[in-house]
Amino acid sequence: MASKPEAQSTETAGDIMVPRVARVRHSRLDGPDTWTLDLDDETFSAGSYVPGQFNMMMAFGVGEVPISMSGDPSKPDLVHTVRAVGAVSAALTQLKPGDVLGLRGPFGVGWPIAEMDGRDVVIVAGGVGLAPLRSLIYHLINERERYGDIAILYGTRSPNDILYHDELESWRGRFDLEVEVTVDHATGPWHGHVGVVTTLIPHATFDPLNTIALTCGPEIMMRFTIAALQDAGVADEAIYLSMERSMKCAVGFCGHCQFGPVFVCRDGPVFRYDRVRDLLPVKEL
Amino acid sequence: MTDTTTEDLSRILKEHPFFKGMPEAFCDLISDCATIEQFDAGAYVFHEGDPANHFYLLRHGKVALEIKAPERGSIVVQTVRAGEILGVSWLVPPYRLTCDAKAVELTRTITVNAACLREKCDEDHDFGYEMMQRFMPIMVQRLNATRLQLLDVYGIKA
Repeated sequence: MASKPEAQSTETAGDIMVPRVARVRHSRLDGPDTWTLDLDDETFSAGSYVPGQFNMMMAFGVGEVPISMSGDPSKPDLVHTVRAVGAVSAALTQLKPGDVLGLRGPFGVGWPIAEMDGRDVVIVAGGVGLAPLRSLIYHLINERERYGDIAILYGTRSPNDILYHDELESWRGRFDLEVEVTVDHATGPWHGHVGVVTTLIPHATFDPLNTIALTCGPEIMMRFTIAALQDAGVADEAIYLSMERSMKCAVGFCGHCQFGPVFVCRDGPVFRYDRVRDLLPVKEL
Repeated sequence: MTDTTTEDLSRILKEHPFFKGMPEAFCDLISDCATIEQFDAGAYVFHEGDPANHFYLLRHGKVALEIKAPERGSIVVQTVRAGEILGVSWLVPPYRLTCDAKAVELTRTITVNAACLREKCDEDHDFGYEMMQRFMPIMVQRLNATRLQLLDVYGIKA
């Protein structure tokens, strides 16, 4: 299992549970019901989180939800992309510049950046699952020379649901990234790929024996993706996924996100596949 | 159709990813039934309900598989690109195509006559088994992909 952090002292735990106040500097629509918020947080600085980690974001008077950082980790800007799927996330997406919100974090285990050194990297994202991977993509681009081939494979429901449309186009224009986008179904003037995201994997360029594969999206999509990666020859130990469960405290106290012997908030959300392989098919989890 | 020799076809078949590693004699059997075709962007390769008289190896281009739905027009459910195959219904009774296939861009294919190939499969069961082994994984992959599509996993309630 993922290494566990040192137990929190009571005083530290208390601090961790108290949100600090941040202010929305800018917000933009990045997809259907999906807004990216640039935040002013005086405690935040460049390099203060690992891509894949998350903050608990609080809409005052409504509640708190875990949201991964989605900005460039080398820049002193705190960025979160939020899709309105419930009361709290909907309230967060309605915040305007100057509005305040509460923040706790960063929490959790991020993507295994050290493991990627010198290896090919395959990123398979589904839907809004591209957001927790965007920070990592920025990192990979910032330090491009450290990695082998990089493939970004993105699938979503329809052409109108594509997240970070302009950015995907920009990444696709680079000569040192392979970027493929597919949609589950399309009508009208879409000339791109149609089919589930797993169909992109056999066409991507990577050496399966020297690859780290990372996936984030709906859990069913990740299970199919992992099967396709295995078919392509990628070892279980080289596959990482970002899990989602109901998180409340974010530090492994409350047990809401317990996933068998691990807590998704504290031991994840990023897990190496072989460490959760036997838990994923368990219906009760 | 393009005038291409049997030797050319056999060579092209061997180079196509779908037939990678296939015994030469089997490639020759297929090339006896094959021709080269080209479809301009927007041209239909086949239509839903047509008899599955051919299958297609895509050498270049992209083809959209469409299903027409009332009041929704044509919905593209899958695209097939160079290196992939089209028209797997040729192998399974009642040999009927189940969607429309439209070239999204200029598309070049090796087009294989299904009746000719089925006859060769009946005559040589080793060849028939080889074909089955190559087509079945594609069918299973597409079935699994369809399941994932049906789940609509990117919906808010997924």
